[in-house]
Amino acid sequence: MARVMDGNDLERAIRRIAHEILEQNRGTSDIGLLGIQTRGVPLAERLAMVLESIEGSPVEWGSLDIGMYRDDLDRRPKTELGETSVPFGVDGRTVILVDDVLYTGRTVRAALDALADLGRPSRVQLAVLVDRGHRELPIRPDYIGKNVPTSRTERVSVRLVERDGEDAVIIEAGAGT
Amino acid sequence: MNHFLTIDGVSRVELEGLLDDADEFVDVLHRPIPKVPALRGKTVATMFFEPSTRTKMSFEKAAKALSADTMSFSPGTSSLSKGESLKDTVLTVKAMGTDAMVVRHQSIGAPWRIAEWIQQPVVNGGDGAHQHPTQALLDALTIRQHFGSLDGLKIGIVGDIRHSRVARSDTQAFARLGADVTMVAPRTLLPVDPTVFPAEVSEDLDEVLGDFDVVYVLRVQAERGGASLFPSLPEYTARYGITKERFARLDPDAIVMHPGPMNRGVEIEGAVADDPRALILDQVFNGVAVRMAVLFRLLGGEHDG
Amino acid sequence: MADLILAGGTVLTSDGVRDVDLRITDGRISEIGTGLEGHETIDCSGCWVGPGLVDLHAHFREPGFEWKEDIASGSRAAAAGGYTAVVVMPNTDPVTDAGHVARYVAARGAEVGLVEVIPAGAVTKGRAGVELAHLDDLWAAGVRVFSDDGDVVADAGLLRRAMDYLAARGGVISQHAVDVGLSRGGYMHEGSVSSLLGMHGIPAAADDVIIGRDLELVEMTGARYHVQHLSTAGGIELVAAAKGRGLPVTAEVTPHHLAFDHHAAEGTDPSFKMMPPLRTRADRDALRRGLVDGTIDIVGTDHAPHAAHEKEVPWEQAPNGVLGLEWAAAVVNTFVGLDQAAFYDRLSIAPARIGQIEGHGIFPTEGAPANVTVFDPTIEWVPSKTVSRSVNSPYFGLLLKGKVIATILRGAVTARDGVPVA
Repeated sequence: MARVMDGNDLERAIRRIAHEILEQNRGTSDIGLLGIQTRGVPLAERLAMVLESIEGSPVEWGSLDIGMYRDDLDRRPKTELGETSVPFGVDGRTVILVDDVLYTGRTVRAALDALADLGRPSRVQLAVLVDRGHRELPIRPDYIGKNVPTSRTERVSVRLVERDGEDAVIIEAGAGT
Repeated sequence: MNHFLTIDGVSRVELEGLLDDADEFVDVLHRPIPKVPALRGKTVATMFFEPSTRTKMSFEKAAKALSADTMSFSPGTSSLSKGESLKDTVLTVKAMGTDAMVVRHQSIGAPWRIAEWIQQPVVNGGDGAHQHPTQALLDALTIRQHFGSLDGLKIGIVGDIRHSRVARSDTQAFARLGADVTMVAPRTLLPVDPTVFPAEVSEDLDEVLGDFDVVYVLRVQAERGGASLFPSLPEYTARYGITKERFARLDPDAIVMHPGPMNRGVEIEGAVADDPRALILDQVFNGVAVRMAVLFRLLGGEHDG
Repeated sequence: MADLILAGGTVLTSDGVRDVDLRITDGRISEIGTGLEGHETIDCSGCWVGPGLVDLHAHFREPGFEWKEDIASGSRAAAAGGYTAVVVMPNTDPVTDAGHVARYVAARGAEVGLVEVIPAGAVTKGRAGVELAHLDDLWAAGVRVFSDDGDVVADAGLLRRAMDYLAARGGVISQHAVDVGLSRGGYMHEGSVSSLLGMHGIPAAADDVIIGRDLELVEMTGARYHVQHLSTAGGIELVAAAKGRGLPVTAEVTPHHLAFDHHAAEGTDPSFKMMPPLRTRADRDALRRGLVDGTIDIVGTDHAPHAAHEKEVPWEQAPNGVLGLEWAAAVVNTFVGLDQAAFYDRLSIAPARIGQIEGHGIFPTEGAPANVTVFDPTIEWVPSKTVSRSVNSPYFGLLLKGKVIATILRGAVTARDGVPVA
């Protein structure tokens, strides 16, 4: 087991992503963050707070559950549905999807489908804390916390204080999908 | 869970999980495009051997909102009237390519037999007077939406309990979720042994009416042999009908519910049914959402094929 | 004919149980002794040996319903279960309400040759409950047990006439006791399980009111009266009281009523659907006690075959009845603590006496016809198949203790270890 990011690394990564978002989008006026359930959600909230502390104005954020949009339902254990809560209008907005780990890209594809059923954003960007490679779809992130090359058998876990009591990114060997 | 046949034995955690999922589907149904791709490519057959338009349509809407395909079986013009057995009928339909069946049948236990024969997920859409589990879910969801929780709520179920699958499923679900349930009916319309249900019993509606947070009104079922079990319809209305006068004596925050279809003027006065505190149409809307939740649970995950 | 030796068993003789061997020659018991040797030997060590079992209540469905069972397949099931004589009910098509049908049934049974098939006769023509059947004609054809089984003889006036008619001769009326009005529309016992299921039920009183009524008629007429398939504690009390008054009343209980109660019906599996229905645990326990203390005289299987497609339907649509012949002895041994003497009394001696069946239910003695059943009371086994034409058994998958090892009819082995010889 290897700890590739600790609490401080996470904080710095989020701060850097926030600055990149501001630079790319020239401010926060048209932005809405959507965290992908489950750990994308606290990350989106943190990003929103950091952006707000830099810009001085509140940043909209919400949560997106993709349970109803997965393409691999048959091959997973019973899917729990999480909450989709989008307290801002999606139409015409720049929506930034936020997730903890980017891997095959299928989660993001499902999130794009879910987003399309909510409205028509003018642009969609993607922010991930960790990119572990092995894309199966033509999906690329706009903002990356850290590139962590892995083999398919390894398992990448992101732990967040809000859910797991600590902040860390951990790679474990063994049965990873 | 690979079938959804009964409320009896479903844990509180499972019930609340289904209601939570249903909440998400309520949100989906409020969208401009009220549809998700979760069950794309799956086929759900609605096998309604006992005639029903509304529940059948509700299940079909739920399946379609999940992007599933539907097939529909109705009695009367079917091969059943040519003497084909129930077993052969369902196996034939399965052979056309189904992934799950929703079954309503007048005989108690029929969905269980069908589940044994087809070895595919089965949802009980109502079997005789026994169970109607999705009705219990939509009723529980409606109450939860209104009050936040069922814990400690006093719920009165009024009417022909003895012949009502809705009453049986609802009583079990409401009690499991923490409510205090009272069955209100004349003796001839109560179960012969009411102690098997987690509920109090009362034959005097006027005595208990003021205690209830929810008054759940059952329909008078002339077609289910109820006709000879009480002296006359006007007498029934006089003793057990939810009239305007009785409605006025309810707690001001109490709500009225009914599984439909209503006999206006018999078990419920028209004006009461149309009052904003009667959540009958909410129940119908929630019915689609809970049925989406059930189908999603049965087909939207790993299952033994 | 060469000798058959039953060696090493515990034999129920008129002097009690003894560890002796039996020699069977030319269809009779020729010698009782120790260390016997002969042409063929069946090792009976650890087993009970006693008179061949006798059933007063089975349905062989022939003539008329042969897709469920026929006399050949029913005989096979009977032999496998240790039976050497079976009284078969007259709810056939045509009904056994006249001598020629009775003679056909008996002759066909003799032709098959695996068990003595004794026809019961209907009380009323066509079992319609309106006119008396040809009782004299049936009597002349050898019928001694009369029943409209499947249905109750509901008209008390008609039943009284039948009793008057048969009382003098000593025939026995075997009544399926249930009140038509109280049982109408009911599919199982009326109680906690039916309330939970929402199913219309049949209260225990439905049986008891008719038993009580009929006992008044017995008092009036002095006719012999046999209560079929007792299922209620109340019914047992009525029978006990009647016997206490010296009335010529006997009673039977089925294996399934000894094994199960109405909770077996909770899953609405029609393998547990029969009439009278399975009742409460208290009723079941009272039936077990009644069989032990003799208030209930015999076990009657009510072996009721129905084809697989007939039972593979929802509960309310399924016909009533379950198989029983092959497992009755094992079920009684598993659920009721009978010693060897009581076992053979309830399953062989008393049935033969009540049914007036000659040659059966006799303690093995030198010169007696060799109708013998060997039973091992210790073997544990789980039934999984049947030799009947139908498969509606409630015992598949149930652990039973005790098994019939050999059945001998008039000196010939008809079944070994639950397998009929033909």
